[in-house]
Amino acid sequence: MVCPDKYISYMHEYLDGGISVEQERQLKEHLQQCPKCQSHFHELEKTVALLQSTGSLKTSDNFTAKVMESLPKEKRKAGIQRWFRRHPLLTAATLFLVLMMGSMVSSWNQGDEFTVSKQANLVVENNTVIVPEGEVVEGDIVVRNGDIRIEGKVNGNVTVVNGEKYLASVGEVTGEIEEINAVFDWIWYQMKNFFAAIGELFTGAEETKEQSQEVAVFQ
Amino acid sequence: MDGVVKLRIREVLKGDQNAYGEIVELYKDKVFQLCYRMLGNHHEAEDIAQEAFIRAYVNIARFNMELKFSTWIYRIATNLCIDRIRKKKPDFYLDAEVSGTDGLTMYSQVAAETNLPEEDLESIELQEAIQRAISKLPEKYRTVIVLKYIEELSLNEISEILDMPLGTVKTRIHRGRESLRQQLRNV
Repeated sequence: MVCPDKYISYMHEYLDGGISVEQERQLKEHLQQCPKCQSHFHELEKTVALLQSTGSLKTSDNFTAKVMESLPKEKRKAGIQRWFRRHPLLTAATLFLVLMMGSMVSSWNQGDEFTVSKQANLVVENNTVIVPEGEVVEGDIVVRNGDIRIEGKVNGNVTVVNGEKYLASVGEVTGEIEEINAVFDWIWYQMKNFFAAIGELFTGAEETKEQSQEVAVFQ
Repeated sequence: MDGVVKLRIREVLKGDQNAYGEIVELYKDKVFQLCYRMLGNHHEAEDIAQEAFIRAYVNIARFNMELKFSTWIYRIATNLCIDRIRKKKPDFYLDAEVSGTDGLTMYSQVAAETNLPEEDLESIELQEAIQRAISKLPEKYRTVIVLKYIEELSLNEISEILDMPLGTVKTRIHRGRESLRQQLRNV
C-alpha cells in the first residue's frame, strides 16, 4: 500500500511547529496504523536530534584582532574625539592652558612701543625712565621696552619688561625689582598676576591700584 | 543585547572603530559556526567569517537600524559562503573535510591531542558523519538547514536573512530534512 504524500508533508509541518490540530490528529491516527510511515517519522526525528546535538564551535583567540587589523583605517578625527570623551577633565585643563598660553604669548608680542606707568616725579629720556635723585615715587612702576635708572627712592615694586634696570648706589626700591626678558618669564609674570588677582577676589580685598592702571604711551 | 549593539553601531557610524570590536566579539562564534557548517572546513570558515565582519563594517552606513544586526551579518556571511561553494576548486587544506575519508579533520585533531576515551571517540565520529551529511546537501538546502538547526533561528528570521518567501524556506527545509534523513538513518 502506498500512503498519500500528505502524511509526509504533515510530518514536516509537525516538525516546524506549524501543524493544525486537525492535521495532527490525522497524522497520529495514520502513524498508528502504518509502520512504514512510523519509521519514516522516527528517522526524521532522529535527523533533527542529530543536527541539534552538534557541539558549538569557537573561533580562534585572535579572531577579533585579525578583523580589526583588516578594517580600513578610521578617520583621525574619531580617534581624537574618543580621547576627549574618555578624559573630560584633562580636555578641559588642556583647553584652558592652550587658550591662556595663546593670549599671553600674543600679549608679549603685541607691545613694541615704549610704555611706562604714569607716575609723578618720573623723568623720561630716550626710552629710559629716570627716578631722579632725591625724589620719592609712590606706587609701582612698570616699564615696557625701555630701561629704568633709579637714583631716587621708589615706594613700591619695579617691573621692567624687555629692558634693563640700573640701580644707582643711592637709589632705593622698597618693593621687588623684576626684569622680564623672555616669553616664559612673561608668562610666569602674567600667571602670578592672574592668581594674585584671583586671591584678591577671594579675600575680598578691593584695593584698586589706580596709579599703575594709568599707562602713558610714548613714541 | 540589541540595544547595546545599536548603541555601538551608532558609535561606529560616527567613525569610532573600537566600538566595532565589541560587536565582533558578540557575534564571532555564531558567524564562524554558520560558515563552518556551510563550508565544512575550519580555515575557510574562519577566513569567510572574518571577511563577513569586514564587509559589514565597510557597508555599515547601509545597515537598516530597523533590522537586527544578527540578520544583517548572517545575510552577508551566508552570501559569502554560497559564493565560495560555487567557486570552489579542489582544495588541500590539512583539515579539509573530505567525505568518505578519515583525513585530518578538526575533530580528529582534537582526539589526537587529548586521548579521548572510547565513547568520546564515537561521538566525534558521529559529529563527523553529521558534518559530512550537511556538506553533501545542495547549497540551497544546506543554507536553510544550517540556519534552522545550527543557528536555531525561526523560519521568519531565515526568510528575512535570505530575502525569500516563508513558503520557499519551508519547502527547502522539508527537502533538506528528507535528504539528511536518508543519509543519517543508519548512523
